[in-house]
Amino acid sequence: MKNILIIGATSAIAERCARIWAVRGDALYLVGRDEKRMRVIASDLAIRGALRVSAYCTDLNDLERHNELIESAERFMGGIDIVLIAHGTLADQQACQKSVEQTLFEIQTNALSVVSLLTLIADKFEIKKDGVICVLSSVAGDRGRASNYVYGAAKAMVTAFASGLRQRLHKFNVAVVTIKPGFVDTPMTGNFKKGFMWAKPHSVASQIVTSIDLKKTEVYVPFFWGVLMQCICVIPHMIFKKLNL
Amino acid sequence: MISGWGNYSPQPARLLIPPSCVSVGAVVKREGSLIARGMARSYGDSANAPSVLQTLYCDRFIEFNGEAGEVTAEAGVTLQEILRVITPRGWFLPVTPGTSFVTLGGAIASDVHGKNHHIAGTFGQYVTSMRIVLGTGAVVVASRTKNADLFHATCGGMGLTGVVISATIKLLPIGSSFIDQKTIRTSSIDELCESFELFKDASYSVAWLDCLSRRKNSCRGILSLGEHAEFGGLEIDKKRSFPVPFNAPRFLLNNASMKFFNYVYWHKEKHNKRQVKPLISYFYPLDVIGDWNRLYGKAGFLQYQCVIPRENGAGNIRRLLTLINESGDSVFLAVLKKLGVANNNLLSFPIEGYTLALDFKFNVSTIETLHKLDDFVANIGGRVYLAKDAVMREEIFKATYGQWEAFESVREKYGAIGKFSSTQSKRLGLS
Repeated sequence: MKNILIIGATSAIAERCARIWAVRGDALYLVGRDEKRMRVIASDLAIRGALRVSAYCTDLNDLERHNELIESAERFMGGIDIVLIAHGTLADQQACQKSVEQTLFEIQTNALSVVSLLTLIADKFEIKKDGVICVLSSVAGDRGRASNYVYGAAKAMVTAFASGLRQRLHKFNVAVVTIKPGFVDTPMTGNFKKGFMWAKPHSVASQIVTSIDLKKTEVYVPFFWGVLMQCICVIPHMIFKKLNL
Repeated sequence: MISGWGNYSPQPARLLIPPSCVSVGAVVKREGSLIARGMARSYGDSANAPSVLQTLYCDRFIEFNGEAGEVTAEAGVTLQEILRVITPRGWFLPVTPGTSFVTLGGAIASDVHGKNHHIAGTFGQYVTSMRIVLGTGAVVVASRTKNADLFHATCGGMGLTGVVISATIKLLPIGSSFIDQKTIRTSSIDELCESFELFKDASYSVAWLDCLSRRKNSCRGILSLGEHAEFGGLEIDKKRSFPVPFNAPRFLLNNASMKFFNYVYWHKEKHNKRQVKPLISYFYPLDVIGDWNRLYGKAGFLQYQCVIPRENGAGNIRRLLTLINESGDSVFLAVLKKLGVANNNLLSFPIEGYTLALDFKFNVSTIETLHKLDDFVANIGGRVYLAKDAVMREEIFKATYGQWEAFESVREKYGAIGKFSSTQSKRLGLS
């Protein structure tokens, strides 16, 4: 039995991870913005077999409350073994280009709030000398592209921050797992045209849970994105800048 | 492109995927005509339409009462997920179809039956209440006492009355997750029908038929009977299914390979053999192969399931099989099952008699053959299962489903006309 804190618990991927843990009989603490939806999800998880479930409602851009949410999770479950950070928004690139405010807001949601949570949790786990932190980044963070570089830049920050944290915490027996999903067919990407490269949230979720079990480092989900992104990253800038990706 | 489980005749469609149950009403209100679609396991075109509303994210449990044996869940929850929750706690589905990869909403819409229909009736008979999104986007509760007309039209109503968003079902208590199975070999249709009558008290019964064997018209079969075991614990298998990653080449399933399969299957099963089987492999043998429909190749297949009234049943089954033999189409898989009395849901399929399910690999001539079978079945007072149907003509539907007009008036009363329609409902002449 594990005590698991899930941040961004109403996201399709996080919810499907939570279901796997619920079936295993783990204790779950959900954090999200939409109280009504979290209540529905919490009772679903309890029926599926979670040992204990509770929910904490907050806007994660409210950085002041991060400490409180972590402490209340600790109180409810009697400690934290695993943290999954899965919240985020898919920035509207066109809108961001026209608005500094919008751009900074997306960076705040997708990067700064994650950095704040990681910093607080890292300290707790370092003292405890145990734990797994899993953070959802994205393949979009591997190289900035015209079509979504605001989102990509935020995710790049998450990836780099987690990489550093992994080195720092390694000697304290704390694992930091970075998940880089490719295209996932979720409500967040509802408006996109789907093709064969799109993965289903439940299969992404099961790979996330396995990666956490095995304390992996950086994981592309599905795996082929690793190869694909390596190819994209070796394209010289002279050529890359002319491409329409 | 979407298609039914038979992969026959795919059509382009716009997918509407509400992020949760709460937004189904808004989507229905905003959009034009649509049909709800769950796991798309109906074989024909009953969940196909130019716009389909997928209940993918309406898949949460709402309540489980372990004392009374009742579960309430959203319509997109699959029977497999329900079993994983209820079986370890000593409960089972009182009626289950041959696959667990169907949603709760789909099971209600098709008013599915199982191997125990002769005793237990259909799935809808265990639904105590449900919440339905009407054509206006409003949510109403329907049960046997509240909006009863809507309830009886919706159970078996193929999604044409509204979108079921959640339902409460009564469960069956079990003491073990195993089934005591007994198999009986029969060498003719008459013998098989007699065996069905002889073992009419068995909880579960279903027969496999070999229609390809050399001795034409003799059609050997294996009747399998099942009872819930009393021992063995309540654990359930969580084996992952073995995937079929792509469509098989067209020649994979042919007469020779299926004859060979039937030969092996027949000789594997001994007469009067008893064995104890886990629930999952007893009820859902094909669920271990994910996407087994791909084995039929890109052109797909048509499943034909009809009911043949009890009176003179064996003779009529033989005549129907002769019709198929004459047509030159070959049936790869045939399953026969005794059905109990009909219920009072308006479009529910089962009537007392025998139901025969036949898999036809798609050929140009298949549709014509099925039309001939339709004529025969309609003549003897039988009907075709809408969840399997892909080609039935309007006049056959209207002649065999006597309550279709009552069904239409319930749809009109609740504002479903023009709002909920499928490729199938258009073909069958429902407005």
